[in-house]
Amino acid sequence: MIDTRKNESVFVSGDEAVALGVRLSRPQVISAYPITPQTIVVERLSEMVEDGSLDAKYIHVESEHSAMSAAMGASSVGARAFTATSSQGLLYMAEGLHYASGGRMPIVMMNANRSLALPWSIFGDHRDSMSMLDSGWIQVYVEDAQEALDMTIQAYRIAEDPSVLTPFMINLDGFILTHTYELVEVPRQKEVDSYLPPFSTPNKMSLETPKSMGFSTSPADNMEFKYQQHKAMMDSMEVIKKADKEFSEMFGRSYHGLVDCYQCDDAEYILVTAGSVTGTARVAVDTMRIKGIKAGVLKLRFMRPFPEQEIRNILSGAVSYGVLDKDISFGYEGTMFTNVNSALSGSKNFPRGMNFVGGLGGRDISVQDIEEMFIALQKCPDNAYGDYIKSRVSFVNMGVNINE
Amino acid sequence: MSSNRITVKNMTDKEYFLGHKACAGCGGSLAVRLALKVFGDRTFAALPAGCMSAVGFIYPQMAFLNNAIISTFPGTGSMLSGMRAGLDALGVKDAHVVGFAGDGGTADIGLQALSGAIDRREKIIYICYDNEAYMNTGVQKSGLTPYGARTTTSPAGNNLPGSVMQKKNLFEIVAAHDIAYAATASVGYPQDYLNKLSKAAAVEGTSYIHIYATCPTGWGTPTETSVSLAKEAVDSGLWYLAEYEDGAFTLNRKPKEFFPVKEHLLKQGRFKHLKDSDIKVIEEARDKKWKRMLEKWN
Ligand SMILES: Cc1ncc(C[n+]2csc(CCOP(=O)(O)OP(=O)(O)O)c2C)c(N)n1
Ligand code: SF4
Ligand SMILES: [Mg+2]
Repeated sequence: MIDTRKNESVFVSGDEAVALGVRLSRPQVISAYPITPQTIVVERLSEMVEDGSLDAKYIHVESEHSAMSAAMGASSVGARAFTATSSQGLLYMAEGLHYASGGRMPIVMMNANRSLALPWSIFGDHRDSMSMLDSGWIQVYVEDAQEALDMTIQAYRIAEDPSVLTPFMINLDGFILTHTYELVEVPRQKEVDSYLPPFSTPNKMSLETPKSMGFSTSPADNMEFKYQQHKAMMDSMEVIKKADKEFSEMFGRSYHGLVDCYQCDDAEYILVTAGSVTGTARVAVDTMRIKGIKAGVLKLRFMRPFPEQEIRNILSGAVSYGVLDKDISFGYEGTMFTNVNSALSGSKNFPRGMNFVGGLGGRDISVQDIEEMFIALQKCPDNAYGDYIKSRVSFVNMGVNINE
Repeated sequence: MSSNRITVKNMTDKEYFLGHKACAGCGGSLAVRLALKVFGDRTFAALPAGCMSAVGFIYPQMAFLNNAIISTFPGTGSMLSGMRAGLDALGVKDAHVVGFAGDGGTADIGLQALSGAIDRREKIIYICYDNEAYMNTGVQKSGLTPYGARTTTSPAGNNLPGSVMQKKNLFEIVAAHDIAYAATASVGYPQDYLNKLSKAAAVEGTSYIHIYATCPTGWGTPTETSVSLAKEAVDSGLWYLAEYEDGAFTLNRKPKEFFPVKEHLLKQGRFKHLKDSDIKVIEEARDKKWKRMLEKWN
């Protein structure tokens, strides 16, 4: 068992790192339903509750819809709640996602990014969480197990901030992160306790001040609630940066707020990534740099709130940029690409961008694949506009010829 | 029954559900109102989408004086579990966690969450007010709509007599979980309901009350007959008052002679079209059920 009184490094999977982060965050209610590749998180948490190292109620719900519903019930009386899911489970709780954010319930959820049926696939891509982008949840995509643990603690800090009160989804690439073992530093409980105070909110039912919650509104009032929800999400950007800063002061690790850059300062060709593939992209940048090609990576950490300003600042200086999406909005392009383009549309210099759709259903993305993306980005600005538009969206590592 | 039992005469004057926008003569609102008078201030209620939440939570006019929240339509049982777990974690004791859900929200879309909640044996009280259709969305057929009832999705015409299905046997489905306490009730028998509410409040573990609740708007009945019709439904044997405790069923009321089914049904717009042959189907189903109940239950 891990001793959380001292700083300890442990060799754990991403799922286990999340479980450790959850325990350090002292949730009072955990409700979850199993789905690969999330299961290890809830198995570890139930063990922690059993052995007494986590003082929480573990509710065995009969579905993901109920996992979210129970988490909302707990949150509505002022208890700190945690749940975890993936893929089909995330979709099954879709109603609850909008409900929790509309009700301003700062629930934290881990989502193991996994493909969506059909065809069935237990392997990773981002189509599950991207399809829930508009559900009003803060969405972070982590790169490794350490970030997963650290963001679990930060998630509560950010979500429960009185100016935010918005639920928080931590996304881990299925298998690539959830099941890969890494050395992870586990912060001390005492320090986490001072970083993350107990949950307190005015937005709850209590015997002292009885309330009606989850009410309905007429068209005369609804928009104001939705505006407040949007404003809270926008305001969370500063809270996220502050949480990161204070975290680094206390624990010595910073993730640089909404985005993280690798070699972007002088980069001519920048690839935008999210999640675990960022590590691969960092290696590809190194090899490109050796070849004299000025490559860089922009790691998009948060998809909501969306770091529009940061993206515009960083990408508008590039010659061209690519967006690597583990997602496709059928009939158009990758969701990250659409969002990045929208951020850039406000800038004077709008470089050409290319969308690389890859990793669907767990297909591997190699260093070489990413090197080829940078080579494509080098050619991109020279293309005639018509050719560019035609080749703007491409599929990485396809087993069939495209357009045949 | 002990002498300090709650009766219509001695119950609190305090109202917990008032100023709501339910139709005049709404049986569901009566069921909620009476229950809260028994449960009192220390009540945390969850109500799914349905008439009672629709009429009670219209911002900024909240109709509940106790804590109350609208749950998702399918998620009442699990939200109640979460509320109970949260209250336990926060050290809030002696509070009632109560659900008020319609027949659709209980027997159909909410059945999975209800089953999960009962399975967890938590101390929650779940009250299903059964108005025998999806009223809030405009009187569509639910799993608890009885045979022959005309609804907007089970129209009566030359080919069909309205709903062709019998009511789902929800009380026994709930009892089959070996729940700590389950009962049926009717807004036509308020004292019986009050007794059962008190029992549910006192029981350790999960309890469930299924109350027959008239709906003048959906049934096509005069508002002033809501209570008498709900009584008549029991007297005619189309509904029954029963309890499930410690693995045994008890029938609380055994009419010596049934009130005539035809007379009872034809007072309701939703049954006006019924032919004698349809009434016969209904009576036969009733008799079969009663035969079984009288044989097997106390
Ligand atoms: C997931 C979902 N499906 C459908 C609805 C629409 N809906 C809201 S209330 C309702 C009817 C409720 O019927 P019942 O539970 O019997 O309660 P009543 O309105 O009769 O009181 C329906 C179908 C919804 N809110 N959520
Ligand atoms: S429609 Fe029926 S259940 Fe709904 S408020 Fe009116 S009387 Fe009550
Ligand atoms: Mg109904």
